[in-house]
Amino acid sequence: MRMHRRTLLALAVFTGLTAPSMALAADDTIKIGLLATFEGPFTVLGEDGERGAMTAVAEMNGTVAGKKIEIVKGSSDASPDSAVRAARKLVEQDGVKVLVGPLSGDEGIAVKDYAKTQPNVTFINGTSAAQDTTLRDPAENFFRFSTDGAQWMAGLGTYAFKDKGYKKVATVAEDYSFPYTQVFGFMAEFCKAGGHVPSKSWVPIGNKDFSSVIAAIPEDVDAIYVALGGADAVNFLTQYQQGGGTAPLIGGSITVDQTVLTSKGKLKEVLKGTPSAGPTADTNDAPAWKAFVEAYKKQPGAFPSPSLFAHGYYVDMKATLLGLDQVGGDVSDGGKKLRDALSKLSFDTPTGKVSLDKNRNAIADIFLTEVTEGADGNLLNKLVKVVPQVNQTLGIPEDEFMKLGAVNRENPSCP
Amino acid sequence: MSLAIATTSATPQRNWLEKLGAGHIILAVALVLYPLVASDFFLTQIGGYSLIFGMLGLSLMLLAGYGGMVSLAQITVAGIAAYAIAILGNNNSSILGLGWPWWLAVPFAVLAAALASALIGWISVRTEGIYTIMITLAIATATFYFAQQNYAIFNGHSGYTGIRAPVFWSVNWRDARPFYYLCLGLAALSYAAVLYGSRSTFGMTLQAIRDNPRRMRALGYHVTAHKVFAWLLAGVIAGLAGVLLVWFNGRVSPGTIGVDAAIDVLIIAVIGGLRHPIGPFLGAVVVVLMQTFAIDIVGAERFNTLIGMVFLVIVFVSPDGILGLWGRIKPHLAQESLRPGP
Repeated sequence: MRMHRRTLLALAVFTGLTAPSMALAADDTIKIGLLATFEGPFTVLGEDGERGAMTAVAEMNGTVAGKKIEIVKGSSDASPDSAVRAARKLVEQDGVKVLVGPLSGDEGIAVKDYAKTQPNVTFINGTSAAQDTTLRDPAENFFRFSTDGAQWMAGLGTYAFKDKGYKKVATVAEDYSFPYTQVFGFMAEFCKAGGHVPSKSWVPIGNKDFSSVIAAIPEDVDAIYVALGGADAVNFLTQYQQGGGTAPLIGGSITVDQTVLTSKGKLKEVLKGTPSAGPTADTNDAPAWKAFVEAYKKQPGAFPSPSLFAHGYYVDMKATLLGLDQVGGDVSDGGKKLRDALSKLSFDTPTGKVSLDKNRNAIADIFLTEVTEGADGNLLNKLVKVVPQVNQTLGIPEDEFMKLGAVNRENPSCP
Repeated sequence: MSLAIATTSATPQRNWLEKLGAGHIILAVALVLYPLVASDFFLTQIGGYSLIFGMLGLSLMLLAGYGGMVSLAQITVAGIAAYAIAILGNNNSSILGLGWPWWLAVPFAVLAAALASALIGWISVRTEGIYTIMITLAIATATFYFAQQNYAIFNGHSGYTGIRAPVFWSVNWRDARPFYYLCLGLAALSYAAVLYGSRSTFGMTLQAIRDNPRRMRALGYHVTAHKVFAWLLAGVIAGLAGVLLVWFNGRVSPGTIGVDAAIDVLIIAVIGGLRHPIGPFLGAVVVVLMQTFAIDIVGAERFNTLIGMVFLVIVFVSPDGILGLWGRIKPHLAQESLRPGP
């Protein structure tokens, strides 16, 4: 009898482990995977990305082509391993045929590699902005409507050299593919204009103590280019100010993003007047942008102004929904029709027209900005200039651009 | 039920079936037949992943359960094997990748992991209790940062991608079913080895050293050598798990061997229980299921809280993990069966 009970228990455990593998979607719903960082140093960024994606879903009243949209969320902690694991769960367990995400640079490259093993699933980027996700060895079923980190820097290098008069700039950036891409985008213009970058500091994600980095910055630079995200940016800027640093700053796209600008503390004085560039500008007067801000603010926990993560996820989710709408929500052919529709898709976003190049990477407007204090005391990115329709090769002919080589810690260089 | 009959007609000389025990046989049959009912996702992402982390927990259980040495560096040891596979074999990160065939790379990777484990043991063996935890945590953290900031050998934050499980005997071992059986085979081998080893002379000596090192030293045993040898054996198991892990992920990066992962291994061993080698595998199944599905239960914002709560409840109800829980339920079940029927 004892044996019998044990057998029953074993069986119960066993069936419990195997039974839930049911991912049947009803005919009147469309499942979309949403992959973002809900853990780790970029949690705040991931949560705002989700708000952006949900803004797009809300805009369509939660339906596309007459079918109800069901969002299945997956979480990573900004490491490529966790992103692939979450993507696998969404695709192989939850059975999504369309996946929007991920958020961060190396994650994007890892998910692109994974996309190659799932040709029947369509992957649309979140805000991941490493250059090589689409430029080198791209995946047929990976789309990016949100531009890359080098594109985001369009206009900044020239502006820093000519308008601000900085001749020598040191860089401080996180040590992975997205900041490499940002530094590349900044230096491509800045070096061409005649500027010099005598020192580049690369710091690990999640670094807490920046004293050695600050000490290593040369005394005689005109400005410091900072490309750090989330908590890292706040920590660096606070410590730089406390250490008596006075050099003016130039910001990477996510360094002067709302995820950093809204943080409490004495950062205001440090950040005011910092020029930057990116896919959004808070004081953009365009009616489409204003409408987007209002729609975004209806999301729970929203910032005073959407961060570029909210914007990126919004644009990519919007593109996904437009694509699905065009094919009547039909992905039963392994998503082939959807991918054809997406490759040809061109639409007006809150930040201007977006279309794709042959690598399925976006061509879009980029905004040159400067940090200012708004009427209510919040920091804002004031729009300085719009650089229209920047492509992935930054206007340089493709073969010439490819000769510049893959972005990494050493490339480019102009000491 | 035929097994039960076999037990009743036992002769004094126990045959191998009885030695194996009914529980093991049922478990083995269930695990071997699991692919018949499981989807590919449940085979690899739940089954394979649990077995890999179960092996990592097992290597910790060997050290902590029999040797009294709680290590947080088991994922580091696995990481050394994983990086060795990436460096010695093929990868598409265009750094290193010496292109060795798998049958040469795997033994080297496991050997490297075992030697590294012995080295970690040799460093930490003079410490006890919480100090062992601290020193192994320090080693794990240092290795994580070393891998993250070393570009020449470890390719920094991005790590290595494009690592493929080998194809031999005309089987592609990356496919769901072969990969599951590969994990199952190696896990069963490690499990059997630990179970056998725990009853061997060495295993008994190690447990005696755990209980009273001073007496064992007085009896003339070389305490340090025994402990370091245990680390070497644990390193072999963790190294094998590391090889499976890199084939499973197809990639390895510092995130694989971070402090989070190190603590996961400890949680797995504690949740499962350290008294018997089956404990870590039970713990691994629970942890992997929780980490995979908690987000579906409570949504993206709170799922880590739920995971933590479940672990807390398990440890609160049963300080020695799921194994202890079973030990508590079993007598009740036995009592139940003695009662007259309704």
